[in-house]
Amino acid sequence: MKTLEELQAIRDKMKERINNRGIAGENDYRVVVGMATCGIAAGARNTLKALTEEIESRHLNNVILSQTGCIGICKYEPIVEVFAPGQEKVTYVHVDAERARQIVASHIVNGKPITEYTYSYAVKEN
Amino acid sequence: MTELALHILDIANNSTRAKAKNVAISVVADTAADTLTITVSDDGCGMDKELLERVTDPFSTTRTTRKVGLGIPLFKQAALLTGGSFSIESEPGKGTVTKAVFGLRHIDRVPLGNLGSTMTALAGGFPDTDFTLLYEWDGKKYEFSTVKLKEVLDGVPLSEPEVLNYIEDMIDENIENINGGQPI
Repeated sequence: MKTLEELQAIRDKMKERINNRGIAGENDYRVVVGMATCGIAAGARNTLKALTEEIESRHLNNVILSQTGCIGICKYEPIVEVFAPGQEKVTYVHVDAERARQIVASHIVNGKPITEYTYSYAVKEN
Repeated sequence: MTELALHILDIANNSTRAKAKNVAISVVADTAADTLTITVSDDGCGMDKELLERVTDPFSTTRTTRKVGLGIPLFKQAALLTGGSFSIESEPGKGTVTKAVFGLRHIDRVPLGNLGSTMTALAGGFPDTDFTLLYEWDGKKYEFSTVKLKEVLDGVPLSEPEVLNYIEDMIDENIENINGGQPI
């Protein structure tokens, strides 16, 4: 069972890490998951979970993960938007847990967006 | 929706959009009565009578009233399909209570699914809102509250991935403990 001591240990570790992190801002990646009815029904909660786990296991402390409502292209849900520092927004579509992990590895860690998963690519193909 | 927990996530999202400070979720199973009752209560801005009457109608949605859409109608439909009932009460300035009763053993009842993951998505996504969860199985209870966690965390945000993973595991373990690990 999870204990309170475990949470206290996480807290102490995080406090140190947050202090070393500096001020959030220009160099942060922002990752936004669409979590309206359409997103949730399409599996966005698992996408969010995969992103959370991937960010934790890779110790990425320059990524801000957040949620938003309906982006307006419901048939492409789950949708994830990635805002890289100094670059244009990339909109990824049909992002299941597996795609989510690949996006973190390729786009955020290695700086290479995955073209085949983007909205513009999906629209062109159809 | 493939899980009742996803409906809960969706309905609780309405609460946060109504600027609720507190959202109370309860999931109560009663095997004798053969019911599974899900309630989402909030202290958000509430709805007036006119909006309240339209809110369960999926076709009343327009672009300008974006918060009224398929979420509530889908939740209602899922409950009614199991011989259950659905109600939504709201008062402007006070808040909203959405309640759905499901036939616990009805063949068309969607599985409860992963409550831990739903609570984590809420706690991490809306760090300024406090969430409570009451899970009850024939009188045996588990209660979760972000208020208590925030006290322990002492300024470390709930939205830290490591904290979220802890919360999810904690809720899953406790729920499994209460009903002996049988799937609901």
